[in-house]
Amino acid sequence: MVGICSFGGYVPRYRLNRGTIVQSMAWINPIIMAHAQGEKAVANFDEDAITMAVAAGIDALQGIDPASVEGVYLASTTMPYKERLNAAIAVAPLNVPDQVRAADFSGGLKAGTTAILAAIEGVESKNINNILVASADCRLGRPGSTQEIIFGDAGAAFLIGDTDVIAEFKGSYSVTYDFADHMRGSDTRFDRQWEERWIRDLGYADFIPEVINGLLDKYQMKISDFSKVIYPCNNRGGRKKINGKLGISPEIEQSNLQTEIGDSGTSLPLVMLANALEDANPGDRILVVSYGSGCDALFFEVTEQIKNRKNNRGISGSLANKAALDNYTKYLVWRNILPVETGMRGEVSDFTALSTLWRRQKEINGMWGSRCKKCNTPQYPPQRICANPECGSVDQMEPYAFADKTGHVITYTGDMLASSFDPPSIYGRIDFQDGGRCNFDFTDCDLEDVKTGTPVTLSFRKKYHDRTRDIVGYFWKAVPVKEVKKNG
Amino acid sequence: MADGIKDKVAIIGMGCTKFGERWESSLEDLAIEAMVECLEDAGIEKNEIQAAYIGNCYDEVGIGKSAVHLAYALKLQHISVTRTENYCATATEALRAATYAVASGAYDIVLALGAEKLKDTGFPGLPAGGGGTGSVISGASGTGPGTFALLAPPYSKKYGIEMDKIKEAMAHVSVKSHANGAMNPKAHLRKPITMEQVLHAPIIAHPLGLFDCCGVSDGAAAAIVTTPAIAKKLKPNQDIVKIKSIQLSVASGEEMSYTSWDGANLITTQTAASKAYEEACVNDPREEINILEVHDCFSITEMITMEDLHISPKGGAYEDIMSGFYDLDGKIPCQVDGGLKCFGHPIGASGLRMAYAVYEQLLERIPDERKVKNVRLGLTMNLGGDPAKGVVSVAILGKD
Repeated sequence: MVGICSFGGYVPRYRLNRGTIVQSMAWINPIIMAHAQGEKAVANFDEDAITMAVAAGIDALQGIDPASVEGVYLASTTMPYKERLNAAIAVAPLNVPDQVRAADFSGGLKAGTTAILAAIEGVESKNINNILVASADCRLGRPGSTQEIIFGDAGAAFLIGDTDVIAEFKGSYSVTYDFADHMRGSDTRFDRQWEERWIRDLGYADFIPEVINGLLDKYQMKISDFSKVIYPCNNRGGRKKINGKLGISPEIEQSNLQTEIGDSGTSLPLVMLANALEDANPGDRILVVSYGSGCDALFFEVTEQIKNRKNNRGISGSLANKAALDNYTKYLVWRNILPVETGMRGEVSDFTALSTLWRRQKEINGMWGSRCKKCNTPQYPPQRICANPECGSVDQMEPYAFADKTGHVITYTGDMLASSFDPPSIYGRIDFQDGGRCNFDFTDCDLEDVKTGTPVTLSFRKKYHDRTRDIVGYFWKAVPVKEVKKNG
Repeated sequence: MADGIKDKVAIIGMGCTKFGERWESSLEDLAIEAMVECLEDAGIEKNEIQAAYIGNCYDEVGIGKSAVHLAYALKLQHISVTRTENYCATATEALRAATYAVASGAYDIVLALGAEKLKDTGFPGLPAGGGGTGSVISGASGTGPGTFALLAPPYSKKYGIEMDKIKEAMAHVSVKSHANGAMNPKAHLRKPITMEQVLHAPIIAHPLGLFDCCGVSDGAAAAIVTTPAIAKKLKPNQDIVKIKSIQLSVASGEEMSYTSWDGANLITTQTAASKAYEEACVNDPREEINILEVHDCFSITEMITMEDLHISPKGGAYEDIMSGFYDLDGKIPCQVDGGLKCFGHPIGASGLRMAYAVYEQLLERIPDERKVKNVRLGLTMNLGGDPAKGVVSVAILGKD
């Protein structure tokens, strides 16, 4: 049996009320008032498609030995690199072996489901097992555009394998059209689209029924055989039309989370699937459809194994962890749309010595330190000579993973002098529960959230973006948590 | 233990520029200004200098990789000239190198000079960057005030002293230094301030406010060191200021990579102070040291340093500070010239500026309003880098 063995989700903490966007931008384009409902999930200034996909991937791998993962497929249309394998950057923070097969799936918004299909067929070939499909998108609409108010940032991840399957893959059907309803050229930042009515009526409302009917015909099924039908379409009229055409009842229509997150592009059907699986029962049949340059339709059946699934964060956990971004211009600054004065500290060159980065990539992107075999002291960054003054052993170290460890704050500050897109820059020193100490930037928090003793976990984030050379550097930051899960 | 350098080297001349926003002056101008005053004070000619050690920290905006450029500006005549650099201890390192050069017998008359031109960097505070490629690709943010602010929460926790009380003691530290600096024509900031001003100032790095931070300035200071015998010959009618000790301690990694350090009191300062007292044969610093010029880059640093120099009891700096123990009319006046707080902190010059303040007091060459009575031993202390990963120098100067 091949299918989904585990899943995870990620929604960034900050939510921008769409009313705030309307207040700021409806003067130039009043039509956006039609989309003013709910909130748009916004990636923090230190997040991008890779960090969000990694967060979803780590969530999916809760309780699973990452050493068992043989493939990493990253799906996104907003990856930071055109040339340099984005999925390869995710390997170290996901803590999966270097011997994985990795690939980027991009281009059309159906790349997420295509990645899942590629993973399923890979596992079916018996040539590879346990492929992590991680997806996240952080798409930009021009300020004042419909896309800006509709889009939202999120990610989801699935481990595809043949053991302990919680949702068995039963079949698929695909169509591909060069239906250029929207696009971004290789030098373009913002999504550009054709008329919404055309997209709704000839795009969503034609292709989605076509692919679903194709699948129903192929497997001799009826729409009512499914307990959940997942398809992306942020247009309410469009959804009504599609539901009518296919006979999708409100009970089986899975929420597209438009008012909670927004359209997360490549990730949207995956986010909806992860959300649906949180409430799924054995025997449930789930139909997942993507949309973008055609459609993929995938059909899963939930197994008894769903009862054993790990209680990870998932989409609902991410949705619960939210904070208001009550400032539209802050959103523009975070997305580098509005140039701001960062002072001379913000102008300092973040030059990446790529050979240094390579030599230290496990340490930096994987948060690997060392532990002394003589005195068991974990230390970060990895040392050759033990930092324990009572020990001092030389070259007696073994690798030690810090990324999954919890710690607590021993000191902190909120620094108004440091350059930051979310001042004050909050940073401090962490002692890890099982030993080891390091200074970290803190993220997804306010200064009031940090005290000495506050428990923290680590999160893989963007550390800097050297815009002169267009290099994004990543590192780990500390995130205050209310409750620390016990290790093991 | 080795003999140490106690009484083996004397200072026969010192110079110190006006510190401040010296927009009209270059680094070379400042160095020349300090050297000229220093030579006049020593009563020697420049060509009597046999070797020179020149401290400068921010080479990218300063003298470049070596001391060659300043040797050229100062027209030092084909003698041995070496640049020293060790964060905020840079100038004390120049003095230490000069002292060792004389103590070793290699030279008789040596110049130690420190100079820094911060106001050409364009930065508020110290320039960012310079941490190497490693600091770009990993680690946390950090500025001067931020990394020193990190001392406050662990100190508060260790001794159970509420942050409000710490803020109060820190404010007293700054008010006291401004009162001293206001009287000093060479200081940069010369306005007295009030507790209310300090406590209501904007926050720079929590819990440090604007007046908890020292100024940013340009400046230079210099010393001529020689043997006590030559000093006596050149200065038969004045007290001879001798170097009693210069010690240094550098963080080992125990602070940042091991979890035993409490993050409040500095191992480095305590170590350097103990060694300096031992070298100078000081048994009870609280009774024997008469004045202090410490590294008050931030008021929290001065507060904790009072304990790490083994003068205030651990956890007892609050009481000493608030009781006026370190005020100009207190038992051990601290920052008698205004400190970094009022002089600013041109990194490569500060250690020698502190020595200058002690030297002036030892020779009683200052107006009565800021003169400390019966000074026989004075201590200078620098703390460079991140307190958790830094360098501390302690020097003791005295007269017999």
